[in-house]
Amino acid sequence: MNAGAAVPKKSPTSPAPSDATETVVLGEADVARALTRIAHEILERNKGAQDVVLLGIPTRGVPLALRLADRLAHVEPGLDVESLVGELDVTMYRDDLHKHPTRAIGTTTLPASGIDGKVVVLVDDVLYSGRTIRAALDAINDLGRPRAVQLATLVDRGHRELPIRPDYVGKNLPTSASERVRVRLAEVDSADGAPVTDAVTISQSASGATTEAAR
Amino acid sequence: MKHLLSTADLAREDAITILDTAAQMAATQSREIKKLPTLRGRTVVNLFYEDSTRTRISFETAAKRLSADVINFSAKGSSVSKGESLKDTALTLAAMGADAVVCRHQASGAPHLLAHAGWLDSAVVNAGDGMHQHPTQALLDAFTMRRHLGGDRTDGRVGPDDALVRGADLAGLRVAIVGDVLHSRVARSNVHLLHTLGAHVTLVAPPTLLPVGVGTWPCDVSYHLDETLRDVAPDVVMMLRVQRERMSGSGTGGGAFFPNPLEYTRKYGLDARRLALLPPHSIVMHPGPMNRGLEISAEAADSPRAVIVEQVANGVAIRMAVLYLLLAGDDSTERAPIS
Repeated sequence: MNAGAAVPKKSPTSPAPSDATETVVLGEADVARALTRIAHEILERNKGAQDVVLLGIPTRGVPLALRLADRLAHVEPGLDVESLVGELDVTMYRDDLHKHPTRAIGTTTLPASGIDGKVVVLVDDVLYSGRTIRAALDAINDLGRPRAVQLATLVDRGHRELPIRPDYVGKNLPTSASERVRVRLAEVDSADGAPVTDAVTISQSASGATTEAAR
Repeated sequence: MKHLLSTADLAREDAITILDTAAQMAATQSREIKKLPTLRGRTVVNLFYEDSTRTRISFETAAKRLSADVINFSAKGSSVSKGESLKDTALTLAAMGADAVVCRHQASGAPHLLAHAGWLDSAVVNAGDGMHQHPTQALLDAFTMRRHLGGDRTDGRVGPDDALVRGADLAGLRVAIVGDVLHSRVARSNVHLLHTLGAHVTLVAPPTLLPVGVGTWPCDVSYHLDETLRDVAPDVVMMLRVQRERMSGSGTGGGAFFPNPLEYTRKYGLDARRLALLPPHSIVMHPGPMNRGLEISAEAADSPRAVIVEQVANGVAIRMAVLYLLLAGDDSTERAPIS
């Protein structure tokens, strides 16, 4: 039931007609390296991870947050992954609910210690218009009062519609609005039932009309 | 889904979507800030032609928790008492721009008329019509059952568990609905919904309190409570209120439906003895308001198995889910190209 929440769910029967024009931008090893670097940057910026809470935005932000937490715990022994990660569904805070068919509502779970006074790092896969992050900021506002909110994203593809900027970026990917960026993660994606390896791909959108919905 | 009028035409997938959405809504209600901005700018009208406390307050709470504007309209003290027809009231509401109308009416089918007569294009939610349907009550009952007993519990798990039951139905659950089935829209809604979700329903009532044609309903019928508790061993016992206000010549007795209240209690009331006959995991439900001492004894109503108060809390979550699913998306039925 988490599908279709923050990041519109990519069709599960992946490649289909666009297969020929799909370019792989980041492979499995690139994704791993980017996440390791982001984990170090988070530790550096916040002088450790004592007060850090990673909130993944469903669908793909959640496994990314978990992977980051594993890396933080690896670098700083003594960190408890469980108390570091949460899941933040922003569906009910979106500004485009009335423009789409009803979206399923995902789960929101916070670490037991909450987010008051913590440094919350929002984790998402693709940063595009910034509207999902705006919704996430509103959602956080209702859940508590963190000391600071930071943003980590695997891909920043530009075309911001709001004054929002990421603190940690896996890869800056200049795109045109007619292009389509997909992130596939081993935890959540499959190709016709078969497991996939991590990849970030870019392809020409079948029609320019779908770009409004893609964010 | 444009309206919610009856559980008889509710598909299994839609019902499960409502239950899953309600679980997420319920999770938001344990937060310090319970209000969500989701239905900001939408207007919900509570159109109540019949007295109601908990259903109206429950719908009002649900709409307000989702930031919708709520207008309460009760027949008493309105132009209805001056003789205004349902049609003219509906046209007035349409002119005021209601996005959803929650309707309770003493006449069976009034919400259906409201939804399909073309007087207004709002979403219509049936909040109980005559002796016909009360779909949100059945949904909250199913939600309560699923939380406590649904999902794969072969590992012996007991107690409410929202994560375990996500996406599950009520397959294999045995439910006994006991009491005044004849006057009960709750029973009608529950029989259809529970059947859709795969549960097995047994109605238990004196023959005088069963409607004509009950044989065509997707359920079993029994006249003996003790036999049913022994033979069916129900997972859920749902007691229905004896609706004396619908029994003509009621007075102190039960009208012509049963000889006297004491006999009804002896044969169909849930008391401490019958409570002990139930399997250990069974739960006791009641849609309220209860007649303590008539259909349910204080021991049964206050026992740890009774989930009657939880039903009320779940009612808010279910109604939030219904309002969200009816009002949040766009009106077109086709899927927009997402991603």
